[in-house]
Amino acid sequence: MAAKKLNIKDKYRLLTRDLDWDFSYEDPKKAFPYEEFEGIKITDWNKWEDPFRLTMDSYWKYQAEKEKKLYAILDAFSQNNGHLNVVDPRYVNAVKIFLTGVSPLEYQAYQGFAHVGRQFSGVGARVACQMQSLDELRHVQTQIHAMSHYNKFFDGFQEFSHMHDRVWYLSVPRSFFTDARSAGPFEFMIAIGFSFEYVLTNLLFVPFMSGAAHNGDMATVTFGFSAQSDEARHMTLGLEVIKFLLEQHEDNVPIVQKWIDKWFWRGTRLLTIVAMMMDYMLPNKVMSWKEAWEVYFEEAGGALFKDLARYGITMPKYADVIEKEKEHISHQAWWTFYTHGHAAGFHTWIPSDQELDWLSEKYPDTFDKYYRPMWELAKEQEAKGERFYTSGLPQLCQTCQIPMLFTEMDNPNQNSMRDTVFDGERYHFCSDGCCDIFKDEPEKYVQAWLPVHQIFQGNCGGPDVGDILSDYYRMNVGVDNMDIKDSPDEQRWNKWKGVA
Amino acid sequence: MSKVYIALQDNDESRYIVEAIEESNPDATVIHMPAMIRIEQENRLVIERKVVEEKMGRDWDVQELHINLITLGGNVDEDDDQFVLEWKQ
Amino acid sequence: MPVFALKPGYQGERMDRVENFGGNQIVYFGWDEHRMFCAAKAFPLPPSMPFSAVMEQIIPEAFGQHPEFSQINWDSVEWMLNNEPFKPQLDVSLEAQGVDHKSLIRFKTPGLTGYNGLGV
Repeated sequence: MAAKKLNIKDKYRLLTRDLDWDFSYEDPKKAFPYEEFEGIKITDWNKWEDPFRLTMDSYWKYQAEKEKKLYAILDAFSQNNGHLNVVDPRYVNAVKIFLTGVSPLEYQAYQGFAHVGRQFSGVGARVACQMQSLDELRHVQTQIHAMSHYNKFFDGFQEFSHMHDRVWYLSVPRSFFTDARSAGPFEFMIAIGFSFEYVLTNLLFVPFMSGAAHNGDMATVTFGFSAQSDEARHMTLGLEVIKFLLEQHEDNVPIVQKWIDKWFWRGTRLLTIVAMMMDYMLPNKVMSWKEAWEVYFEEAGGALFKDLARYGITMPKYADVIEKEKEHISHQAWWTFYTHGHAAGFHTWIPSDQELDWLSEKYPDTFDKYYRPMWELAKEQEAKGERFYTSGLPQLCQTCQIPMLFTEMDNPNQNSMRDTVFDGERYHFCSDGCCDIFKDEPEKYVQAWLPVHQIFQGNCGGPDVGDILSDYYRMNVGVDNMDIKDSPDEQRWNKWKGVA
Repeated sequence: MSKVYIALQDNDESRYIVEAIEESNPDATVIHMPAMIRIEQENRLVIERKVVEEKMGRDWDVQELHINLITLGGNVDEDDDQFVLEWKQ
Repeated sequence: MPVFALKPGYQGERMDRVENFGGNQIVYFGWDEHRMFCAAKAFPLPPSMPFSAVMEQIIPEAFGQHPEFSQINWDSVEWMLNNEPFKPQLDVSLEAQGVDHKSLIRFKTPGLTGYNGLGV
């Protein structure tokens, strides 16, 4: 008689319960030394349930199928000179940001989940984290592979990993992840598994990738959606983690709430660059950042927090500020990069008149009033032959490490600046959100590696900015940076397209 | 009441899955975007294996959904016969 | 609240102690409601630098690219040092007038409200 085929519930139980063992002669606290210091109380790991009930055999089967599909498309893209199908060479600069700023985060996520996947004593959580760790490694590999095609034809891709570790604006994503990875395992899960994966990655991988498709970038949309197919499982893991912690013990509720407040704020600050990519770097528009924010944060996140209300969890702190900032941050970020275009590893430009009109239409309450005048000024300067590159180095926020470019929501003409003194030294912040995070754990954030201060300490070579860019950051100065106008990227593109 | 949602890659397999979703959830809203299809409904959405199999004309494992899935919102419950998304509010 | 740490008494290394800047201290300068400059700017300056040198070397370097810069009437400028009103004394050093490491100096220019009066 043939063995009866197991249903998925039974298979999952056999993997996550029956394969585990108890510690009979070793102290379990020594085997899982990170499990208690954050104050999280777990009374019964057996209550852990993975709603997808994915077992390793199914995991490999479906991941292999996804890879086959992905690589078939990447091969076709490469064999057919797919880079020529992007709508405009300006678009490729968003891909440069992705490779230098986002793909290395996938690698950090792989490291982070491998770590927590070892440290939880509950086997269901360990299995889920192990799968996610493997997924993240797959993501960084497929992304590097997909974008390596662009590296053959465009500047700015060649030193992405080195640049991620050193370049001033890339310290923002890098430090976000090192903050999470240096926290305890439960905070890491709330930071990355819940806050980042559940609500925020949707904004990167869904509307932005749909935008990539709309701009002729078959490679990016393919790796994006292939990665995102794992993301649905990651989101579900994030939600299960939070429900599990909240159901295990009421003392966990305030700790979890504090982490939600912290990581939603850190996450929204991080996504400023995605806001800019969507509003300014996609020549063919799909939706504005504000619209994406409304669909994926306000609507989807709103539903999520209503669902969590039964545990006593409330909307993240400063959600009211975030709601106002959606009208501003993409414009502030692109202006910052435009004015620092000499120090960026990608090209910047003045939006076309058509794009300016689109922005006016999408941001009727803010664009003409606050941001169009900047571009009028930039155009005036450019017409005089004085394309504006700002002098000096900006003040950075101690927590998010972003230049202090955000403004007061009750007076958007004025930069928002906060400070506090700890242990005799003054620290500066872009917002109340970042200031609160510092004040809660100053012992951690005093060690922030702020690129501007590191330059002034002489730790990044120099003395000139040009030396730092070329020797310390390994940018190809005059090629990778500056305006797209007359750049080698643009010249090559025009040659390929037969444009004079 | 809040909406649950699911987004699938716009491809041949997904088209059958979307047809099945529409049949199992007559009130669902289907939104076509570049390269993706988003389906949303108040509170609850179900994908039934039997209906998908009818549309595809072949056996279909509920876990095959992962291959074409882009994102979702809501609490997931999956077994051999169906995939459910739900808010418990 | 103290940091959540595996070992009690955890204290990260302070990366930006004044001793790390080779005799300089960091001072930030910001021109209020002039968003042409996306943020305040940071400079490493000797604590003994008189404010006159700040006015001659640092301020024009930081803000001279703005079309309104040449129109500033410095007598009417309102200064803030670390959120308090401040009257810079030109012949006095930064240190002696309370400008210490990682101080923020902001100034307002009454009558000059940015490019086309729009805060840019």
